[in-house]
Amino acid sequence: MVESVLGSDLPPLGQLRWQCRRGMLELDYILIGFLDQHYPELPVEDKHLFVRMLDFEDQLLLDWVMGNVVPSDTNIRRLVGLMQKELKTT
Amino acid sequence: MTLARRRFDALIIGAGGAGLNAALQLANANLRVAVVSKVFPTRSHTVAAQGGVNAALANVFEDNWHWHMFDTVKGSDYLGDQDAIEFMCREAIPTVYELEHNGVPFSRLDNGRIYQRAFGGQSQNFGGAQAARTCAAADRTGHAILHTLYQQNIRARTHFFDEYFGVDLIRDDDGAILGALTLEIETGEPLLIEAKTTLLATGGCGQVFRTTSNAHINTGDGMAMALRAGVPLMDMEFFQFHPTGISGRGMLITEGVRGEGGYLVNKDGERFMERYAPNAKDLASRDVVARAIVTEVKEGRGCGPNADHVLLKVDHLGEDIIAKRLPGIRESSQIFAGVDPAVEPIPVFPTAHYVMGGIPTDRLGHVVIPSSDGSEEIVPGLYAAGECACVSVHGANRLGGNSLLDILVFGRAAGQQIIDHLKDSPEHRPMSDAIIEKAVSRLSRWEQEGEGISVRELRDEFRKVMEDHAGVFRTDEIMSEGVEKVKAVREKLKDVRLGDQSKVFNTARIEALELENLIDIGMSIVLSALERKESRGAHSRPDYTERDDVNWLKHSVYFQEGDRLDYKPVQTKPLTVETFPPKPRVY
Repeated sequence: MVESVLGSDLPPLGQLRWQCRRGMLELDYILIGFLDQHYPELPVEDKHLFVRMLDFEDQLLLDWVMGNVVPSDTNIRRLVGLMQKELKTT
Repeated sequence: MTLARRRFDALIIGAGGAGLNAALQLANANLRVAVVSKVFPTRSHTVAAQGGVNAALANVFEDNWHWHMFDTVKGSDYLGDQDAIEFMCREAIPTVYELEHNGVPFSRLDNGRIYQRAFGGQSQNFGGAQAARTCAAADRTGHAILHTLYQQNIRARTHFFDEYFGVDLIRDDDGAILGALTLEIETGEPLLIEAKTTLLATGGCGQVFRTTSNAHINTGDGMAMALRAGVPLMDMEFFQFHPTGISGRGMLITEGVRGEGGYLVNKDGERFMERYAPNAKDLASRDVVARAIVTEVKEGRGCGPNADHVLLKVDHLGEDIIAKRLPGIRESSQIFAGVDPAVEPIPVFPTAHYVMGGIPTDRLGHVVIPSSDGSEEIVPGLYAAGECACVSVHGANRLGGNSLLDILVFGRAAGQQIIDHLKDSPEHRPMSDAIIEKAVSRLSRWEQEGEGISVRELRDEFRKVMEDHAGVFRTDEIMSEGVEKVKAVREKLKDVRLGDQSKVFNTARIEALELENLIDIGMSIVLSALERKESRGAHSRPDYTERDDVNWLKHSVYFQEGDRLDYKPVQTKPLTVETFPPKPRVY
C-alpha cells in the first residue's frame, strides 16, 4: 500500500521515492539512501525542506552534497550538512 | 476496458538530448508533439554527461570533418557504418551552431569563439598530431544542453507527459507503429497515445549490470519495447566498461587518479598490474585494466569480506596532492565508498558505462530491420535516436565526445525526417481494439496476486548473472553458462508477484515493468557476445584474442522470437569520400 502522511500536506513516500530518481547515479544513491534511512525520523519542517530540495536541478543538488557549492538558504545549508554527515558515517 | 486516449502528430518516448532535440524540430514546425518521460525531463541521464560534444569547428587547431570521420571509424574498430559516420561528422558542425543559437552556454576562447578541448582518440590529418575537437560548457555540458533544449521546447509548446511510463508500442497487422500504451505513474492509470509517428529516445541500459555508472532510470525501456514489437537489437555485445567504478556502487573514479600515481593492489597488497602490463602497468588501456581486475577477483585475490573487488591506493600521494590534483575524489570516496582515500584505499571494480548497440536505424532515424544481404526494411511509423539506437556510428567502441554528438545529430535528423514524412502522410492509421489488447495484457499480468518471488530478489540475481557472465571477462564457457542462467531468470519472471497492488505512485509496479525490460535486453547481450568469436573494440575474448575481419566484419542482429541471431554487413562505403579500410588500431 502506498504510504501517506495523515494530517499534513507532505507527499506520499511513493511519490518522493520516484522524485529521488535522478539523471545521475550519485544522486540516486544519495537521495534514496537519505529517504530510506533518515527522512522518516526528520522533524516535519525538515521533511518539508527535503521535499523542497527535490525541486532543485540535479547538478546543483550534486554540487551541494559534494561540497562544491554552499547553499545560500540557511535551512537548506543545514539539511545538506546533515545529509553529508549521515552519508559519511553510513 | 475503457482506455483514455490522446492523439498527436508525433510521440517521443524519452526526454534526454535526443528526444528533446527531435521534439524541438517538430514543435518549431507547428506539429503536435508529445514527449513522454518517466522522470521530470531535466532529470534525464543526459544531465550526467560532463565531457562535451565533438565537432570539427577548428577553433583551436586546424581541423575538418573528414579527420573527425577517420578518428571515429578507427575508434569503432572498423565496425561503424561509414555512411552514417560521415553524416554525423558533417552534421556535427551545424548541430553545435544550432545549439549555440538556442542558448547553450558553451565555454569561450579569448576571441569569443567556442572553446574546444583535446580528448583521447582525436587527431589531425588522419592519425597525425592531437586535435582539439570537443566543445564544452565547463564540466557540465550535458546539463547545459538538456536545460536549454527543455526551455526551448516549453517556448515551442511541446506537450510534456511528465512521470508517464512507456509500456509498449502499438503495432498493426502490417507492422506499422501507431503510438504507444503509457502508464501515468501518479495515478497508475493507462493512457493510449495515438501518433502518426513514434520516436524511441529512452537512452541506455546500464542497469542490466550489477555495477554500472548509469542512473537507476537507465533500464533500456525503448529497446525492450522494440524487441517486443518484433524489431531486433543490433551489436548488443559491445558494452563499454570503465575499469575503476566504486565497488558495489558503480560511480566512476576518474583515470586521472592513476595518472597522478594511484595504483591497484590485490588482497596480498601486490601491484598486480605489473604482471598484466609490465610497461604501462596501471596506465594500460581500459580493457586491459578491467580484465586484470576481474581476473584477480576470479582467482581468489579479491579484497573485502566477499573478495569481490580490488583496491585503488592513493594515500601515498598525501592530502595536499589529493586536494590539489584530484578535487572531488576525496569527497566522493567518503560518500560512496565510505573511505577517506588520504588514509585508506578505494574499493573498485569495473563498471558498465555505455552501450554501443541498440535499435537498428538508418542515418535519418528510421528504425529498420536489417537482412544478411545488407538490405533494410523500414518499420513504418517508428524512429529511434540516442543511446537506445544503433545507427551505427560507434561500432565496437565509442570515442569520448561522440555520445552527446550522436544524440544531438540523430535526434535532430529524426525530427527533420518526421516533418518530411508527415507532409506526405497527414492521417492517423486506423487502430483496432484487438491490437491494443496485447499491450494492455502486459499491464494486467502484474495484477496477479499471491505468493511469489519479489522484484528486488530477481533483479539482484539477474544483474549478478550479467556481471559474472557478460561483463569484461568473456570466454565461451562463461557466456554459455550465462545464456542458460539468463534463460532461467526469464522463466522465473513468471513467478514474480507484487506485494503492493495499489495504483497511486506504486513504484514497485514500475520497477517490475523495468525488470522485464532488463531481462529482455540481457538475453540480447549475452547471446550476441557468446556468438561473436573475435576480440574487437569493447568486446574482448581471451579465447579469441584477435580481431577477425574475414569472418566478423559484420553487425550482430538479435531477434527476441526464438532468441535468433542474424548478421548484417558493415556499410564500408561512405556518402562522398573514399572508404577507410580496416587497419590495426594502434594509438
